[in-house]
Amino acid sequence: MSTNGKPKFAMYWAASCGGCEIAVLNIHEKILDVDANFEVVFWPVAMDAKYKDVEAMEDGSILLTLFNGAIRNDENEHIARLLRRKSKILVAFGSCANEGCMPALANLSSIKDMVDTAFTTISTDNPQNIRPSISYTVPEGELHIPTIFPAVRTLDQVVPVDYYMPGCPPESPQIAAVIDLVIQVLQGKAELPPAGSVIGAGGSTVCDECPRKRNEKKIKKFERIQHIMIDPDLCILEQGVLCSGPATRSGCVALCPIAGAPCIGCYGPAEGAEDYGSRLMTAIASVIDSNDPVEIERIFEGIPDPAGQFYRFNLAGSLLRFSKSAWKD
Amino acid sequence: MQRISIDPITRLEGHGKIEIFLDDEGNFANSYFQIPELRGFERFCVGRQVEEVPILTNRICGVCPEAHHMAGAKAVDAVYHVDPPRTAKMLRELLYSAFYCTDHTTHFYALAGPDFIMGPNAPVAERNILGVIHKVGLEIGGKVIQMRKYGHTVVEMIGGRKVHPCTSIPGGLTKGITKEQRDEIEKMGRWAIEFAQFTLQAFNDIVLGNKEYVDLILGDIYTHHTYYIGTVDENNKVNFYDGKVSVVDPEGKRLGKYAANEYTDWIAEHVEPWTYLKFPYLKKVGWKGFVDGKDSGVYMATPLSRLNAADGMATPLAQAEYEKFYSTLGGKPVHQRLAIHWARLIELLYAAERWVELVTDPEITSDNYRTIPTEIPTEGVGIVEAPRGTLTHHYTTDERGVTTKVNLIVGTTNNYASIQMSTKKAAQNLIKKGTPITEGMLNMVEMAFRAYDPCFGCATHSLPGQMPLEISIHDVQGNLVQVLKQNC
Repeated sequence: MSTNGKPKFAMYWAASCGGCEIAVLNIHEKILDVDANFEVVFWPVAMDAKYKDVEAMEDGSILLTLFNGAIRNDENEHIARLLRRKSKILVAFGSCANEGCMPALANLSSIKDMVDTAFTTISTDNPQNIRPSISYTVPEGELHIPTIFPAVRTLDQVVPVDYYMPGCPPESPQIAAVIDLVIQVLQGKAELPPAGSVIGAGGSTVCDECPRKRNEKKIKKFERIQHIMIDPDLCILEQGVLCSGPATRSGCVALCPIAGAPCIGCYGPAEGAEDYGSRLMTAIASVIDSNDPVEIERIFEGIPDPAGQFYRFNLAGSLLRFSKSAWKD
Repeated sequence: MQRISIDPITRLEGHGKIEIFLDDEGNFANSYFQIPELRGFERFCVGRQVEEVPILTNRICGVCPEAHHMAGAKAVDAVYHVDPPRTAKMLRELLYSAFYCTDHTTHFYALAGPDFIMGPNAPVAERNILGVIHKVGLEIGGKVIQMRKYGHTVVEMIGGRKVHPCTSIPGGLTKGITKEQRDEIEKMGRWAIEFAQFTLQAFNDIVLGNKEYVDLILGDIYTHHTYYIGTVDENNKVNFYDGKVSVVDPEGKRLGKYAANEYTDWIAEHVEPWTYLKFPYLKKVGWKGFVDGKDSGVYMATPLSRLNAADGMATPLAQAEYEKFYSTLGGKPVHQRLAIHWARLIELLYAAERWVELVTDPEITSDNYRTIPTEIPTEGVGIVEAPRGTLTHHYTTDERGVTTKVNLIVGTTNNYASIQMSTKKAAQNLIKKGTPITEGMLNMVEMAFRAYDPCFGCATHSLPGQMPLEISIHDVQGNLVQVLKQNC
């Protein structure tokens, strides 16, 4: 791709699964609009990555960078700082960069615990109880592997972020709409939203875009999805299955509830929710049909893993961020 | 002692890294393929409600979440001792077949294709997907996009979402498909068969028609005599979703077949202190180090392994290609690692044929897609064939169905020992005292692991794409004497 005066675009993955890249590729022919309107300067999945070129660029010379993935090790942090410096607009793209995503559930335990678990599983043949060593001497010389940070962090816990684009991954039509918007801004036909805004998503909750019928029904018992047949037309939460819809930002068009599965909360906290888990717990508490503390206790025993249910995507981005045990050992 | 580091400098700590040591004379001494990352899924999937784990493990890899969702689904079925209805199994396999078509297509055209279509010694600037499209024509680029689109459309229809499907639960699925969706899926499947045939023809014309490439494939540098594993159906034909894992020795003799819940009798994982990834090996043979042969438990699990471990393909067009494959390459088993690329395309055709077979079954639109479990959850293992190798998920729960142990042996991980050996052999053959180290040599080393499909994705989540390398050569005092770069 030539240097031709077009504004520069970059996309990068830190600690992520690659699903955000797939979601971008899934805008199919729209990707040609990106190529027509931007000079793609850095995008490891699609083209030869040019680290050194990025380092050589003037600060602020990349117009738009979509950054996906959480910050897990010093390389992630290094690139986050580099791209922040070089970019005018830095977007936290996808759940990992916004709020840590599911891998941030690792913040509930220590690195030592994580490594110990992996190296003592049932299929592991490890009579000498070996653990990977950051520095190890083989007959020919010294070998090194990096350390891992004790907790997963979100992008804005490391560098300032201009916009937030949630989703695991962001839905392709939302990505296409954001690209359209930026192109219109470039052509002087639209203005950028205020700095710090959430883009590529709605302003209400998944419940608002869910077609299932709500009857303001309260519940006496939580069900696990495997144990009941879900009525295809009624609210999943009112059928007793924990659904994250009430606390989750709209934008996905309620894909999971439409497919018969509860919302898992991948679009992150709804507008104005300071802490995702607290918002969801409040919403869930309001559908409990009891005033008796003992009965309420019993009802909540139907959610055996509250940490995983209420902070599935949001632990790193929550007020809690990690448990004490992440710093143990 | 000199040292050469092959480091993918785009992601200093996210990818694999090869350290090559030379002796004082400048000859190859040894090499180490290191995996510098651990994300801890086996730890943080513990304490979770087990029905969540097939959704959590999706996030191991956004390229092949379908594989983790399916292995997870089968594991949670087993945890609850529930057998899903026939329609549920067919729908899962249908989703999976469509996913395979997308995934194998991406790998061939974007990743492996450049080496063969452009040639291993083509200029770096041309050795990429754009170069491929320029050579074979824009129309084909459009077909590749179409294939990806169709695959993801089916994944969304059955799995609820294009990326990270959510509909598989213990005992089946949360939804079925309508007759209208059935018709649409069938149409796309028939197109996929044609696309797969077209791709095999292109491989035939461009690669098999070129003696230089055939010699490269058959050459010793990319050959290892190891065991092979792959899932087969009751007729010992390749199957991606269900069956038993067949194990064959380096002579092609079947050592046995194991069911999912017997995997610990067959597979163990060796540990080395210089890497975060473990080295699976065949327990019945034993770990003898990074060596070839019948006495070494090193095995491979790839498209080629699946073909080697099976007696054939379950669909007619793919079976014909299977026969041609072995007659061209001199019989079973095929040990040449570069033949993985060809085997992958035979699997692409099989996946497309299977797609049509499943979607035209009269029961595919049945409402009987769920069995509600009634037993207390305990422990279960689910195995599917991920595109990059046999994928094993093993969950143990308490009586509430909360996980107490999770063990994962992921597609690419199976091949770690084999990849370590392949890169070592390539480096050993190419780095000789007095021979200057060139960019072409770099690509030849890279080709050694690219054949396995370097979606180290599931281990380090590098996506299909170029793998930039930088080789730094240091003298005995550690001074930098030479730097060679590729794609960086």
